[in-house]
Amino acid sequence: MSDSFAVMIIVATIASGIRLATPFLLASLGEALGQRSGVLNLGVDGVMLLGAFGAYYTVLQSNNLYYGLLVGIAIGLLIGVFYAFITLNLQAEQGVSGIGIYLFGLGMSDLLFQKFVGTPRPILPFMPLDIPVLSGLPVVGEMLFQHSIIVYIAFGLVPVMSFVLYRTTYGLNIRAIGENPEAADSLGVSVMATRYSAIIIGNGLAGLAGAALAIELGIFQQNLTNAMGFIAIALVYFGAWSPKGVMIGSLVFGLVQAIVLQCKTFGVIPRSASDLAAMAPAIITILALVVVAKRFKQPSALTKPYVRGG
Amino acid sequence: MPSQSNATPMLQMKGITKRFPGVLASDHVDFDVRAGEVHTLLGENGAGKSTLMKILYGLYQQDEGEIFLHGKPVKLTSPANAIAHGIGMIHQHFMLVPTLTVAENVSLGLKSSRGVLSDLKNVSKRITELSKAFGLHVYPDEYVWQLSVGERQRVEIIKALYRDASILILDEPTAVLTPSEVDDIFVIFRKLADDGRGLVFISHKLKEVLDLSDRITVLRHGKVTGYTTPAQSDRHDLAHLMVGRAVKLAPDKEYVETGESLLSIKDLYVTGDRGRQAVQGLSLEVKSGEILGIAGISGNGQRELAEAIAGLRTPQSGKITIAHHDTTFSKPGEIREVGLSYVPEERMKDGAVGEFDVKENMILLNHNKAPFCKNGFLNFRHIRQHSEELVKEYAVKTPSIDSTTKNLSGGNIQKLIMARELSANPKVLLASQPTRGVDIGAAEYIHERISQQRQRGTASVVISEDLDEVMALSDRIAVMFDGKIMGIVAQKDATRESIGLMMTGEQQQESVA
Repeated sequence: MSDSFAVMIIVATIASGIRLATPFLLASLGEALGQRSGVLNLGVDGVMLLGAFGAYYTVLQSNNLYYGLLVGIAIGLLIGVFYAFITLNLQAEQGVSGIGIYLFGLGMSDLLFQKFVGTPRPILPFMPLDIPVLSGLPVVGEMLFQHSIIVYIAFGLVPVMSFVLYRTTYGLNIRAIGENPEAADSLGVSVMATRYSAIIIGNGLAGLAGAALAIELGIFQQNLTNAMGFIAIALVYFGAWSPKGVMIGSLVFGLVQAIVLQCKTFGVIPRSASDLAAMAPAIITILALVVVAKRFKQPSALTKPYVRGG
Repeated sequence: MPSQSNATPMLQMKGITKRFPGVLASDHVDFDVRAGEVHTLLGENGAGKSTLMKILYGLYQQDEGEIFLHGKPVKLTSPANAIAHGIGMIHQHFMLVPTLTVAENVSLGLKSSRGVLSDLKNVSKRITELSKAFGLHVYPDEYVWQLSVGERQRVEIIKALYRDASILILDEPTAVLTPSEVDDIFVIFRKLADDGRGLVFISHKLKEVLDLSDRITVLRHGKVTGYTTPAQSDRHDLAHLMVGRAVKLAPDKEYVETGESLLSIKDLYVTGDRGRQAVQGLSLEVKSGEILGIAGISGNGQRELAEAIAGLRTPQSGKITIAHHDTTFSKPGEIREVGLSYVPEERMKDGAVGEFDVKENMILLNHNKAPFCKNGFLNFRHIRQHSEELVKEYAVKTPSIDSTTKNLSGGNIQKLIMARELSANPKVLLASQPTRGVDIGAAEYIHERISQQRQRGTASVVISEDLDEVMALSDRIAVMFDGKIMGIVAQKDATRESIGLMMTGEQQQESVA
């Protein structure tokens, strides 16, 4: 009896960990793509916030969750074009311009929320989509195959992105340009076009991550993401710029969060220490970063603007 | 016009002119290449070799003049465009992505036979074929970061061949190779030419130019100063054409009695940047009045050794004695007090402050001492006077002592550093790559100055990758490989072959030194 209860709790915790990992995974996949091409984007959190508000507002108006996702992506793509322009054409310092994007997103999403919504009204999240047959499996079914569609999309993107990066000429161009743009340029690969596309797609994913978060929580509020975008950037380093690594990082982070939540629910952690416990995922991430990230080298051309003959 | 043969050359460049703000980089230059030949472009840094080749490779567009390929006029607007016309370039700084495999590097930018999917299998097959055909020993699945410099260069050659380059531009291809690697690559170059390609060899190394070329075009200040062949000229003629006056290729050396030992290094161990043992149990002795040359390919611990002597890097163990003082763990300032002058390898990073003006760089060592400084205030009357004297004495070409240092040429910045360091009257002089990237005229002058230190009784150490420089300057030559000294030979007993062998890690047969 108590055994099956324990199994239930473990299953629920893991399922919740996977759910919590999803926005991180989407955002860090996008960031990894941009960084692979040699461009750092510190504005992920701002893009997520704007994506989140856009999705939330669209769903409020249209009652269609898919429209919400699409608007989230569209906002990300749009900011991507803008960010690509300032980093690639104007060659702004990437360490600073990304922070600008973050602050813009933080302020603008709240302003729009105050102006157009004011008092928070909840929206209904996606219903879990049970995968036929697989969802009926004991234990595993509930853990992996009874999630909302966004979870499947996010985890489905991992092999897709691996394939693009390692098996296509476009992926080869991205990897080459992030390491040695001169070499790629000398062989006729357009550094500009490749970086533009990587940044735009990456920001689109950040927008989607924000949309996923707002829809999952069914709500928007000021600073909804609470710096999740910055964690996503850290996870890119943790994951050594590979889609698989980024996925593992996101899962670890999501699971730790889920475990902390579960412990709170069961009163394992006293109320007085709950704020401390909330820090656990961040602390574990930092420790993991220190141990893991040192072993891998970042793309050599990261944050370096490319000028021909320069 | 240089083309005398009746066959149309593969490439003709006629009246090529290129202006940059304030400089005429290329002034009505005529150049051509025929199938099956190696045509050398010889000239100093800034003579216009690279400009001409960048125009040919589509990186720059000429202001005047025309380019013909197989007799037809062409416009080369980008590297991709040049590649499509059968022009390939082996860049001096390799254009390779270290984190990718050889096959991935080669396939970069090419249309794949499988659409958006990469087709590394086909690429690998063709690489293997080309590699066999020309004896390149390149393996498609290896990662570039695992390859030696020589191997990377052969990957560059494969890259050009894969794109069916019929004209190959070789931009200073021997700069980073050991003497035996140079011999090997020359065989390959000759094979490529015999196979019907036209090769443009860019170099300033006179001996190699004479060894490899069929024809030679010499450039100075953007103008052609001579067309010649190895049969018609020797090193002195070529140097004359390059510089515009007769040049001494080796400094005069009088016999100097060597005295007491001024620099001694015993069993030195130094850790490199990545925690690697960069210097491993090295011992040396340099006497007053002698020059010890340290030959070797860069990256074999020379930089770490120099930094350890200068106090910029703390040794792990061992002992360094400069002028009878134990300086093993001393600070750089203390070591200078004892009598070390140091001309560092990276002149703009460690040797001078680019943003400072000439006079400020001149007093960088003594700026906190009288007469340049009194009670913490700089005394500009003395500083100016001192700098004016040194600029004159060391023939530093600068508009004035108030000019910003980074605007001077490499040779003049190096002369400035030499002036500062030698005016300190060192007991020990440590000069690292003293003429790297410096024009022949300035190099001649710097060699002369270092050579004069022998008469002063200085113990000098010259670390250089340039074997000719080491052979010309040194009394004794030590060869460094993998953090160790492979052997020390007296200059008169040294041959390029024996030193070349030691540079690749062969221990000296019997110890003479």
